[in-house]
Amino acid sequence: MELLLAIIAGALYASGLYLMLRRRLAQLIIGLGLLSHGSNILILSAAGVTRAKPPLMTVGMTADQLADPVPQSLILTAIVIGFGVLAFSLVLAHRVHQSVASDDIDMMGPDRA
Amino acid sequence: MLLALPILLPLATAILLHLLPQRSRLLRVVGFGGSLSVLVAAVWIFVRVQRSGIQVLEIASWPAPFDITLVADVFSAVMVVMVSVIGVAVTATAFAGVDPRREAVGYHPLIQVVLMGVAGAFLTGDIFNLYVWFEVMLIGSFVLMSLHRTRAQLHAAFTYVGLNLLASAFLLTAIGLLYGQAGTLNLADLARAWPERHTPGLDAALSMLFLTAFGIKAGLFPLFFWLPASYHTPPAAVGALLAGLLTKVGVYAMIRVFTLLFPNPHAIVYTVLLVLSAVTMVVGLLGALAQHDFRRVLSFNLVGHIGFTTIGLALWTPAALGGSILYVLHHMLVISTLYLVSGLFLRQRRTTELGALGGLYRSQPAVACLALIPLFSLAGIPPLSGFVAKVAVVAPMIGSGHYLLAAVALCVSLLTVLSMARLWEESFWKPAAMSVSSSGFRPRLGVAMVGPVVFLVSLTIALSAFAGPISRVTARAAEQLLDRNAYVVAVLGQGGPRAAR
Repeated sequence: MELLLAIIAGALYASGLYLMLRRRLAQLIIGLGLLSHGSNILILSAAGVTRAKPPLMTVGMTADQLADPVPQSLILTAIVIGFGVLAFSLVLAHRVHQSVASDDIDMMGPDRA
Repeated sequence: MLLALPILLPLATAILLHLLPQRSRLLRVVGFGGSLSVLVAAVWIFVRVQRSGIQVLEIASWPAPFDITLVADVFSAVMVVMVSVIGVAVTATAFAGVDPRREAVGYHPLIQVVLMGVAGAFLTGDIFNLYVWFEVMLIGSFVLMSLHRTRAQLHAAFTYVGLNLLASAFLLTAIGLLYGQAGTLNLADLARAWPERHTPGLDAALSMLFLTAFGIKAGLFPLFFWLPASYHTPPAAVGALLAGLLTKVGVYAMIRVFTLLFPNPHAIVYTVLLVLSAVTMVVGLLGALAQHDFRRVLSFNLVGHIGFTTIGLALWTPAALGGSILYVLHHMLVISTLYLVSGLFLRQRRTTELGALGGLYRSQPAVACLALIPLFSLAGIPPLSGFVAKVAVVAPMIGSGHYLLAAVALCVSLLTVLSMARLWEESFWKPAAMSVSSSGFRPRLGVAMVGPVVFLVSLTIALSAFAGPISRVTARAAEQLLDRNAYVVAVLGQGGPRAAR
């Protein structure tokens, strides 16, 4: 399972960075999204994946019978932040599209009138 | 409770600003009052830290490694004071008038949000919380940057947003790997666990990830390109806020995280940082000489001088680190002042292109003399604060035998003198461009425009006059930073609980 997650995280990072290097605005934003998904999966797998052990403590349980709840809460926070940032970049891209009428980052430059 | 005030007060002010009737005079007064209250709280924290050592606040009263702690040592306290000083100056400029369209979409609350994020980043003792404050600060600055219509401004905003989000992704990655390795996020707990978790290979990878993430925020070579591409487009007050604070948060985070988490001064990352700092100085100043716009020259100077602030960390001696901290303080003040000065140009001439400026000495001799102080201070002309700070950075280099580095730093100072002299000559001294003198367009500069500049300039002079006591404070800050044990004991107590994995 950890191997699979590691490969998925790697693939998400690679495709995210590739898309960020493209000239199209939409691809940049999709790349950012993929990158943040990649780091979320990385947090999950780096902290250790456990199977069928929800982090709910009942009487008589010890810590190693539970999944670590901290990475899950980190990912939750990161998802919320990523969502907000993604929404903001989409609005910004829309504004850019309105004023430049192009999806090409190189067309936005100050010297390209 | 006291430690939470620099975070809670701007938050309360921002909420209040949204609820109040949207009359611009009222909003300006409330915004200004909010930042004044932060200044009071910050000075109070500083006095506390000076009197009784490192202050710790455990939010929600859980014992230390399990909750988010706020920690103020001398370095944090000094930085929070500087944030609030710049906050006061920036909110005061609002009295001179803000574009009504910006005011309608929440200019005033956004300034408070940025101040809150920066103060939070300076005070937190938890590395994931640091990431969250980075994001708070970035979202605030993103919106401030992108309240624009023109093509150049949108382009700048997009560059800024894209690269800063990339830095955030790097930071999150590094934090995730660090948690996987150590099982804790509390900085003090991570520092204490260092001997057990120390594995040279993973440490090198982690430290490089942190270096990249903080390097993008701080504007180190070769990661700085977003900065000169974006900082010259927003209005002067926003420029002053972002230029004064945001890069310094990157520098602060770098110094804080590296001194606590990577305490091996012979690690490869410090050699990399040393080289990058030196190259940043040279490239930044050469870039500044090639520019023809007041604010673009400032942006490149901002980048170049970041090298001075990170080099102390790379050298890893108390004297060098203290020098760098002094440099951070001086640089925050002076760069913010100069961006506010560029606001005076915008008010008078509607441009900061050097070609269209000039003749301002004739029309505004007092302002010209006022602007001379921060310009010469940045250049490092004695007896101003820049000279003191440069001595504090360069003397430890010579002391530890880094002669080549000292030579580079001194040559860069010379280039700064050239760059600053050119700025003053082009904008004040040379005769006014024809189009300007014939149009007779001369709006008056009110108290609200010049007042904040006078305030910051007088603080620069104070920093020069009281260089002795202030450099003792920064030296103490550096000692505290390099004494990781004191930080750990202050946060966790003697032999407190270790987060179990």
